[in-house]
Amino acid sequence: MIPALAILLSFQLLGEVAARGLGLPLPGPVIGLLALVVSCSLRPALADRLRPVVQGLLGNLSLFFVPAGVGVIAHIGEFRSEGLAIAIALTVSTALAIAVGALVFKLVAKDDE
Amino acid sequence: MTDPALIWSYLSQEPLLWLTATLIAYWLGDQFFRRMGRQSWANPVMVAVILLALVLWATGTTYQTYFEGAQFVHFMLGPATVALGMPLYENLHRVRKAALPLIAALVAGSVTTIVSVLLIARGFGLSDVMLASLAPKSTTAPVAIGIAESLGGEPTITAVLVLLTGMFGAIIATPFLNLLGIRDWRARGFAVGVAAHGIGTARAFQVNETAGAFASIGMGLNAVLTAIIAPLILHLFQ
Repeated sequence: MIPALAILLSFQLLGEVAARGLGLPLPGPVIGLLALVVSCSLRPALADRLRPVVQGLLGNLSLFFVPAGVGVIAHIGEFRSEGLAIAIALTVSTALAIAVGALVFKLVAKDDE
Repeated sequence: MTDPALIWSYLSQEPLLWLTATLIAYWLGDQFFRRMGRQSWANPVMVAVILLALVLWATGTTYQTYFEGAQFVHFMLGPATVALGMPLYENLHRVRKAALPLIAALVAGSVTTIVSVLLIARGFGLSDVMLASLAPKSTTAPVAIGIAESLGGEPTITAVLVLLTGMFGAIIATPFLNLLGIRDWRARGFAVGVAAHGIGTARAFQVNETAGAFASIGMGLNAVLTAIIAPLILHLFQ
């Protein structure tokens, strides 16, 4: 577990350094994510080594955003006064994105065949 | 015997109490989720957040004090984001096989969700901070929180918006896609992963294995794409 965690943290560290050093518009962990995909493609042994710990982390992914979620108590007033507008914006945009994404996939996949 | 009030005043200032409370609340939420047959509306994070909010309110604890303890859990968002690269790597063969429809649907879905949420929010006259918090709402929470922070949004608002987006997407996906007459499991799963991240992906896996795999590809690719385009699109609205 410790080597795998150290490797994941190193990728994150690398991402943070790259993001700041090169002024990239991506958050450090996202650069780490991309670096991980590339590294695993080059060395599949790395993926085998990380797999158990990654499965553990991703299996409990939702736990990690509980602390941020609790922060909403500081903004309960905004949700009360702007709740309807936020609800409409969220629901309409999410439904639209599902429809557009699925339809475009279907259209392009048909052209492909 | 020591006065219980003294013990409380000690514990309430230490990280131990709120770290433990966070894990217990999530555990209870997860039990509830299982008991309810893993229905999308019974989301364990939502349950945990409500429980913790009630406890903080009842004990008069500030969010700052709570976060002293909860920060250890919060920190794990970073390595967990890196770990999201693994499912993407494991699905690379699927990505290669359907590269063209994947890219087209990714760009279409991602741009649609960001532009439409900002258009509607702007129409209702919501603040710039709220717009920046809304922009990454279809992305997986760890990435969305990072994006909101860099855009000048409020990460804690984003966390809740992401949660609500995922729950809504997961609830409507199956009836809505049936209504649209889309039967391709790849298209269905992928669109849900792009629009409703991990919660949508979990739902897709319940419905169909292929849909689940494509949903996790959609979630992973959209995390990267949103990080790039959300700042550009938001700029047009400010």
